[in-house]
Amino acid sequence: MTPQEFAKHLGANYPDHQFEIDPLNENCVLIPLQLVPQCFELLRDDDATQMDYFDFSTCVDHPPDRLDLVYSMYSTVYKHRIQLKVVLDRQNPCVPTVSHLWVNANWNEREMYDLFGVFFPGHKDLRRLMMPDDWEGHPLRKDYAHPNLVVRPD
Amino acid sequence: MDLIKKIPAYVERIPNGGILMTGLDWVLNNAKASSMWYMLFGLACCAIELMATGASRYDFDRLGMIFRATPRQTDLMIVAGTLTLKMAPRVKLLYEQMPDPKYVIAMGGCTMHGGPFYHDSYSVLKGVDKIIPVDIHVAGCPPRPEALMNGCIALQDLIRGEKVGRKRDRPGLRHIDPATNLPLLVRPDTGLIRPNQIIMPDQLRVLS
Repeated sequence: MTPQEFAKHLGANYPDHQFEIDPLNENCVLIPLQLVPQCFELLRDDDATQMDYFDFSTCVDHPPDRLDLVYSMYSTVYKHRIQLKVVLDRQNPCVPTVSHLWVNANWNEREMYDLFGVFFPGHKDLRRLMMPDDWEGHPLRKDYAHPNLVVRPD
Repeated sequence: MDLIKKIPAYVERIPNGGILMTGLDWVLNNAKASSMWYMLFGLACCAIELMATGASRYDFDRLGMIFRATPRQTDLMIVAGTLTLKMAPRVKLLYEQMPDPKYVIAMGGCTMHGGPFYHDSYSVLKGVDKIIPVDIHVAGCPPRPEALMNGCIALQDLIRGEKVGRKRDRPGLRHIDPATNLPLLVRPDTGLIRPNQIIMPDQLRVLS
């Protein structure tokens, strides 16, 4: 399936919501925040999609007010891949977990919590993954500052 | 007998055997320098070169250097690789677990001043000598096995120059120069090394 067909398929299942192709990435479908995680459950279990393999999830920081969450998943049955994007509020980023649907989403979400400060309600073990447990701040935010950070001179 | 000729000693034959006279410093320092057991641990890509140095082509064993997998049996810590702030307390603990006399070789640019991670990095410790005293710095990214072996030979020369019973001049920890606000490496034997100064392997003898 192409991203357009995915958007059409999701629109048929959730007629109350809009599914658009992301203007920043033609392979990416924007989905509303309130459809997480049931939209993912549908894509995984639906016979027409069968997204049984979770590639990765990651974050893109757009200061000052936007934080994007990108999910990538793949179907080993149909051999098709789709990326989904959820737009979050940068001040208070919070999105329900999908780690109960795909086990490997567990560490991806811990990494995003660690480095971007995204909170995942429903996650069983939301601790820092990379940084020490007592670390303060979320280093991959664009406005992150740390006394150890020496900015490269131009 | 060739070996005996090289020893600064006075050999006197007496009817029941030989008496060998030499300095206590010479005997103890050579015993120490010829069996430097190093700790088996590596942090990043420098560890690959450390493994290559320990393998048969370069053969650390001929310097009497054998790896030990516990800090309790080691004389030498080779910090091979990038030391992150998360790992730094562990490395300091390992250093403290080593019995005296103990020596440290800092291997590679990362251990001197952060190397390629000096700029734009929040998670890398900019210089191992901020937490543990370093005897020898080996430059390179990573240093070739020849450079590491040269550093080890320089360390052996350092040990051979020690005086038994006198407290060793330990290398100091790094501190910040108030005039330039740059980290400075202050060691009693070498003076100052600027953080961006490149030290070639053949300079190591001079420095140490």
